[in-house]
Amino acid sequence: MSRLVVGPFNRVEGDLEVTLEVAAGRVRSARVNSPLYRGFEQILRGKDPMDALVFAPRICGICSVSQSVAAASALANLMKLEPPENGRLATNLILAAENLADHFTHFYLFFMPDFARDVYRHRPWFTAVQARFKAIEGSAAGDALPARAKLLSLMGSMAGKWPHTLSIQPGGSARPVEGGEKIRLYSILREFRRSLEKTLFGDALEAVAGLESARDLEGWMAARAPDASDFRLFLEIAQDLALEKLGRATDRFLSYGTYSQGDGFMFRRGVWDGEFKPLDVDAITEDISHSWMAGPAKPQPPAHGVTQPLAEKPQAYSWCKAPRLNGDVAETGALARQVVNGHPLIRDLVAQSGGNVRNRVIARLLELALVVPAMESWVRALEPGAPFCHHAPVPEEGCGVGLTESARGSLGHWLEVRRGRIHNYQIISPTTWNFSPRDAQGVPGPLEQALVGAPVQEGETVPVAVQHVVRSFDPCMVCTVH
Amino acid sequence: MIGPKPEGINVLWLQSGGCGGCTMSLLCADSCNLFEMLSSAGVRFLWHPSLSEETGVEVTRVMERCLSGQVTLDALCVEGSLLRGPNGTGRFHLLAGTGRPMIHWVRELASVARYTVAVGTCAAYGGVTAAGGNPTDACGLQYEGDEPGGLLGVEYRSRSGLPVINVAGCPTHPNWVVETLMCLAFGLFSERDMDALGRPRFYADHLVHHGCTRNEYYEFKASAEKPSDLGCMMENMGCKGTQAHADCNIRLWNSEGSCTRGGYACISCTEPGFEEPGHPFAQTPKIAGIPVGLPTDMPKAWFVALASLSKSATPRRVRENAVSDHQVITPAIRKTRLR
Ligand code: SF4
Ligand code: SF4
Repeated sequence: MSRLVVGPFNRVEGDLEVTLEVAAGRVRSARVNSPLYRGFEQILRGKDPMDALVFAPRICGICSVSQSVAAASALANLMKLEPPENGRLATNLILAAENLADHFTHFYLFFMPDFARDVYRHRPWFTAVQARFKAIEGSAAGDALPARAKLLSLMGSMAGKWPHTLSIQPGGSARPVEGGEKIRLYSILREFRRSLEKTLFGDALEAVAGLESARDLEGWMAARAPDASDFRLFLEIAQDLALEKLGRATDRFLSYGTYSQGDGFMFRRGVWDGEFKPLDVDAITEDISHSWMAGPAKPQPPAHGVTQPLAEKPQAYSWCKAPRLNGDVAETGALARQVVNGHPLIRDLVAQSGGNVRNRVIARLLELALVVPAMESWVRALEPGAPFCHHAPVPEEGCGVGLTESARGSLGHWLEVRRGRIHNYQIISPTTWNFSPRDAQGVPGPLEQALVGAPVQEGETVPVAVQHVVRSFDPCMVCTVH
Repeated sequence: MIGPKPEGINVLWLQSGGCGGCTMSLLCADSCNLFEMLSSAGVRFLWHPSLSEETGVEVTRVMERCLSGQVTLDALCVEGSLLRGPNGTGRFHLLAGTGRPMIHWVRELASVARYTVAVGTCAAYGGVTAAGGNPTDACGLQYEGDEPGGLLGVEYRSRSGLPVINVAGCPTHPNWVVETLMCLAFGLFSERDMDALGRPRFYADHLVHHGCTRNEYYEFKASAEKPSDLGCMMENMGCKGTQAHADCNIRLWNSEGSCTRGGYACISCTEPGFEEPGHPFAQTPKIAGIPVGLPTDMPKAWFVALASLSKSATPRRVRENAVSDHQVITPAIRKTRLR
């Protein structure tokens, strides 16, 4: 058995270190360490409740809007406030723009460049992948960056700027859309759709969204040359490297549900562990047995959670707490969202091979195909002239919970106000779920489980398979510890 | 002639106690291809945590080569504040894979860098990470709030002789960063180009108020009262645009935005200490009904006189639109030909 410490990881947001025990060319066990602590939960104590809208987005520059939405919903919950229809649509649009930009950035800039590494120079697809995806130099960046910037010009219009907008309010949006602007927003989305259809998929979004089974997907693949589109090229690599056998975690999936519509969500809330179950929010606790944190030994529900750093603690190896659902590990992200929501392709893929590197990436790209058409319909539904924001005073005492989904999964804020000030603020981010350390029972978190069995080649100091697994979660380390 | 120095510049970018938002913002640059534009200006990334291929020991090797002088480090860019805690150990951020506090790496690399650039208010002055009780003892590279010093100390100069260049902003506008790097690559940046807080003057010599679309409301003191109102946000909503140094309403964000255009107050995020304004961010502190923070360069008596005069002269259109979320009265049509 030999030990390998890998870090810093790049192309994950923030700093990450992974310690691996390796034997006979495979990872035997893994420990995931989030080596950076900033203390937002401590900073927020004593502040005016509405100030959470300034601080929360700055927890993370990549899920900034998701943090705003979670904070605004926690406040809305406290204030008993419902946004008007326009406010809801505007929030959906801003949130979706961030989430899709994330999926898109993840695929093009963070995930794919690893296949252009030298270790793969003998694979049949290497030349094509290197020309397209080599970090910084590949041609894909030249297509992806302008498309991304263009999509995010929707933020310029609807949110003032990205990241770190203050337009998302508990009562809706502070930025009403005026009559003539709808067409501009619509054309931004049409342009993004065109670039997805042309270079990412090489097919209509509706056709991709309509794939219903693993067999459909195979048929889609067979009908196209390996380099027909970026998605097709990924499927080629996935098949050649058997990425569906890499990075399987616990196969219990969690989604808080997102994109509010009617009295529910476009992607529903729930849990999947072979069958659908409703989510019991009260069954969420955080365990700190292996975190550099002081506090009660018994796992606490976030509403009563405390955050008190303790740098010297036996057994501890991460600043990250370990969230558990009914005491169990759960994975969150696009794959979780789609399996919980019941997309037939994803349900079929998960039934066959569980949560793994390939399926996580497919689910993310599928969401691009699902959400862009929804955004087009939300723009059409905006009603300039009708209210975008409702208003109410902030109560002096009370609690609020705000749950949403960022690109990388379930994000929750728990807020308690006493005498008009924030008394406690607890945040559980998606990567806190996915990259959690062990709990008191010694059960490893999702990534720690997913890394077991990953191949380590002779002489590899930064095993490339480990990197695929890590990045398949689209981790965001700054969120993880906040 | 303007042109990059033939040898170009090597940039090493490190992130510490920040949110990565300055990098995310950088990727929103409106240019057709950010990477191509930078490389055509001779800007080469030795390593960037979100963009480069290298991971793990490959990265530490890059840093060690800079320290030994095998590779010239032209610009050290740091994003995020520097975490000195707990108790001065720097343990709140040990650079992954090295077991060493990030602040040690930054101190060493800054000693060999030709230029040291703070990207964002965190790295410049401490920023949001230093808010509240500052649990991680966060500071900026050469400032702690508005006190010179910070991690590197008042006396610090990079090899070029310049103090730390503070590209402040939370986040930074992509073009503030791109233009700073390009000025360095073109040899066009000197101490004269920095303001008293170390910020590049090309954006810091403006006020957010310049170009704000709510200026007519400002002129008449027709004020917004709640989020989504169209009026001026200075009187009630906490807006600091008349004091904040930045060109946010001249050089727009994400093609067409700015904070004030997005319906919310400028919280003066380019300023040291913006994270602790001493009042709720979205409420203007007042004494006897008059905002405490008056427009920069404006004597109080003038402001009071002008405000009461303009309030009494406010057209109905401006008054009513100010507290509405859409124009309820459109501008009257006039013949503007000379008569
Ligand atoms: S300055 Fe603001 S945007 Fe930049 S890293 Fe710090 S918190 Fe994030
Ligand atoms: S308008 Fe003010 S708060 Fe907004 S980015 Fe500019 S300086 Fe920062």
